[in-house]
Amino acid sequence: MKPRPEVLGAGAFVALMAVAPLFLNAYQVDVLNSIGLYALLGLSLNLILGEAGLFNMGHAAFYAMGAYTAAILNTRYQIPILWTLPLSGAVAGAFALAVARPVVHLRGDYLLIVTIGVGEIVRIALVNDVFGITGGANGIFGIGRPRVFGYVIRRPEQFFYLIWGFVALSIFLFLRLKKSRFGRALNYLREDEVAAEGSGIDTAYYKLAAFGLGAAWAGMAGTLFAAKMTIISPESFSFWESVVLFMIVILGGAGSIAGVLLAAFLVVGLPEVFREFAGARMLVFGLVMMVMMIFRPQGLLPARGRRFPWVASAGALKQ
Amino acid sequence: MSSAPAPADPVKPALLTLAEVIKTFGGLTAVNRVSFAVDEGTVVGLIGPNGAGKTTVFNLITGNYQPDRGDISFAGRRLNGLRTHRIIMLGIARTFQNIRLFQQLTALENVLAGCHYRMRGGILSAMLNLPAQRRVEGQAIEQALQALEFVGLTQQVFTAAKNLSYGNQRRLEIARALATQPRLLILDEPAGGMNEQETEALIGLIEQIRARGITILLIEHDMRLVMRACDKLVVLEYGGKIAEGSPERVRADPRVIEAYLGTEEDA
Amino acid sequence: MEEFFQQLTNGLAVGGIYALIALGYTMVYGVLKLINFAHGDLFTYGAYLGLTLLTSLALTDRLGFAAGVLVLALMVMGLVAVLGALLERAAYRPLRQSPRLSAVVSALGASIFLQNTLMLIYGARFQVYPDNILPAATLNIFGLYLPLMRVLIVLASVLMMVALYLFIQKTKIGTAIRAAAIDQDAARLMGIDVNRVIMLVFLVGPALGGIAGLMVGLYYGQINFTMGWVYGMKAFTAAILGGIGNIPGAMVGGLLLGVIEALGAAYISLAWKDAIAFCVLILILIVRPTGLLGERVADKV
Repeated sequence: MKPRPEVLGAGAFVALMAVAPLFLNAYQVDVLNSIGLYALLGLSLNLILGEAGLFNMGHAAFYAMGAYTAAILNTRYQIPILWTLPLSGAVAGAFALAVARPVVHLRGDYLLIVTIGVGEIVRIALVNDVFGITGGANGIFGIGRPRVFGYVIRRPEQFFYLIWGFVALSIFLFLRLKKSRFGRALNYLREDEVAAEGSGIDTAYYKLAAFGLGAAWAGMAGTLFAAKMTIISPESFSFWESVVLFMIVILGGAGSIAGVLLAAFLVVGLPEVFREFAGARMLVFGLVMMVMMIFRPQGLLPARGRRFPWVASAGALKQ
Repeated sequence: MSSAPAPADPVKPALLTLAEVIKTFGGLTAVNRVSFAVDEGTVVGLIGPNGAGKTTVFNLITGNYQPDRGDISFAGRRLNGLRTHRIIMLGIARTFQNIRLFQQLTALENVLAGCHYRMRGGILSAMLNLPAQRRVEGQAIEQALQALEFVGLTQQVFTAAKNLSYGNQRRLEIARALATQPRLLILDEPAGGMNEQETEALIGLIEQIRARGITILLIEHDMRLVMRACDKLVVLEYGGKIAEGSPERVRADPRVIEAYLGTEEDA
Repeated sequence: MEEFFQQLTNGLAVGGIYALIALGYTMVYGVLKLINFAHGDLFTYGAYLGLTLLTSLALTDRLGFAAGVLVLALMVMGLVAVLGALLERAAYRPLRQSPRLSAVVSALGASIFLQNTLMLIYGARFQVYPDNILPAATLNIFGLYLPLMRVLIVLASVLMMVALYLFIQKTKIGTAIRAAAIDQDAARLMGIDVNRVIMLVFLVGPALGGIAGLMVGLYYGQINFTMGWVYGMKAFTAAILGGIGNIPGAMVGGLLLGVIEALGAAYISLAWKDAIAFCVLILILIVRPTGLLGERVADKV
């Protein structure tokens, strides 16, 4: 049996990434690290926007929740930064559940506007040093370096394996999720909410679950971001961050993990390649969004239908 | 060939009962004090001119709308106030007038939606891919394939819903509804857009569903189908019930004739 | 009390500006059921075009303040209207039959594109309206000293709202717009050219948004290429507050939001000023998504 082309492609990609730091300089590795963080955030938003079809344009708020939780725990209570991962995920997820609950029933573009509003309120709250713990506009600095099995992670290539390791783990888990009843339920929501509810699916529950899980993952990405930067401030979580993440999911193809990866490379990587045109970066984004919707609305690498290899191999049916 | 009306058991209560149900939208009364019952094991047709409120009645039964007044009960349980998926879980399944499939997904995935609520497993068990999880998925797929086979879509298991022919889309919707293992199946214009041959096959399918002991309530404009498949008809006009009874009796009812001729003059 | 009335009138002026922008959102939403995300940026174009025309043509020197500003306003309205129509042609018309997400994404893309075009032309810094050509006079109204500009803005915005209202309610074209907003297919069957109606909406809305941009430039003296998105969000909030798709609603919502925001900034917290509108937005969508003047409509199943 010949392996499918996408399996070959994925294998080549993994092999290439595994050895990439050996051939790249520190700056280039750092760019790859940024791409990895955006890929992670894109994957988390993909659960909400791509799989469940819920227009969330305030994803930076959840990302910020995780980053600030990690930073506060680390700088105030000296908790090692990576230990805060579960808690920052939980805080971001719980926050998402709390804000999504009253608004998640709203129709597509209304939800979009509300999530923009939530994102802005969070950012304004951070700038205003809410509860006196976020450090206002200056943010929080002096976040400790992460340690893995006693090794302090400091250099870009070390971060590279931490970040991309987490990306790989996320993809592994999300692929399993996609194949499951849970993953399908999110797709039913996206395709037709009335039909989903009419097939016995608790749509309200799954909308919240998508928000909670996606936000929790963004929160954990926030922890990695805080660990990498050692300084975080509200400007890292602006509306434009949410727009860029939204763009990554749409450009790649809603619901497509490979698409999200590709789009993260394009959206974060290309501006680094064409640095002299850096000022025109957003202009090009805008143009691409308009043109894409006319000529390729399904994204660059649209999601494929699920295969059920065990069905076919069990001889349960002939194709 | 019209099947004999199932004898109404005086002791056993009806499976589905609507009592004095009222629904208004703005100033318009879409459903006006409608009462009728569906006995277990029968096929009941809900007919009437366009805009008579038939689909609204369906939407009230499945909880897409809430009645302003009146009671709807199913198998001894009051449905008022329940959300749609809860009603489905009680044993009512439905199809839609303007086909509502998950267009991008395959036929199999569509039918798996119907299996969903009887399966267990959430985020964690999926991520860990536990043996129990795999077993549940396997069983669901088996049931879904059976449902697809029942409606005659074995060749289209991995075809995206949007690529199916119109008639097959209607069949797929029925398969999805059957996958919920309902006691009552509600069909909204199942023969809509079908040609004569497809309609003939559909009548056969309805007979088969009924043979499985599933009660059917349907809206249909195709009078041949209605006359052949139904034990009882309920006729609506302007939101109110104007007749009820066996197809023969309803066909002879002067008010029904007037209602239908009236609409033909309007059209 | 003096402070309160100052804030109140200030709120009305800002609210008038919100209302003018909100009208553009609400008209487009009424006809196309689309949030025109780029509308806020058309407003910014009004402010920048106003500045460029004001300084390069020296209109107020040649024609005097009143006539100069009037001519300027008409020019800005005309130019931004054309821009709006072009936007509709390029970004929205090709997507008329596409799913809603596509149009929303395209609208966002258009917004980003327009904004960054301005940034590349004028630079990222704040641009300043010349202060020497505008009279810094104050008016004494019942013992209250109000800046002339503030009074003019309130008057001008109310005047334009009334004009638009009469246009929509009393003229044949206005009736066509209302018909297309209720049911496009039916309107088409009745012989209304829906494409023309949409084009018209994309002329009138941006014209009003453009003049609002000019007003902001004249009132605050400072403009920035990103201001369209904050004003746009607030104006959209105003449109929702009044009931989206509802023209009097946009006016009421705009004025109300302006006043709420001005009083909130004065009496609650200045630092949280920008969050007030978003809180109002979220609250209204939770409590009464149809807005103050909107009607409740059941979703069709």
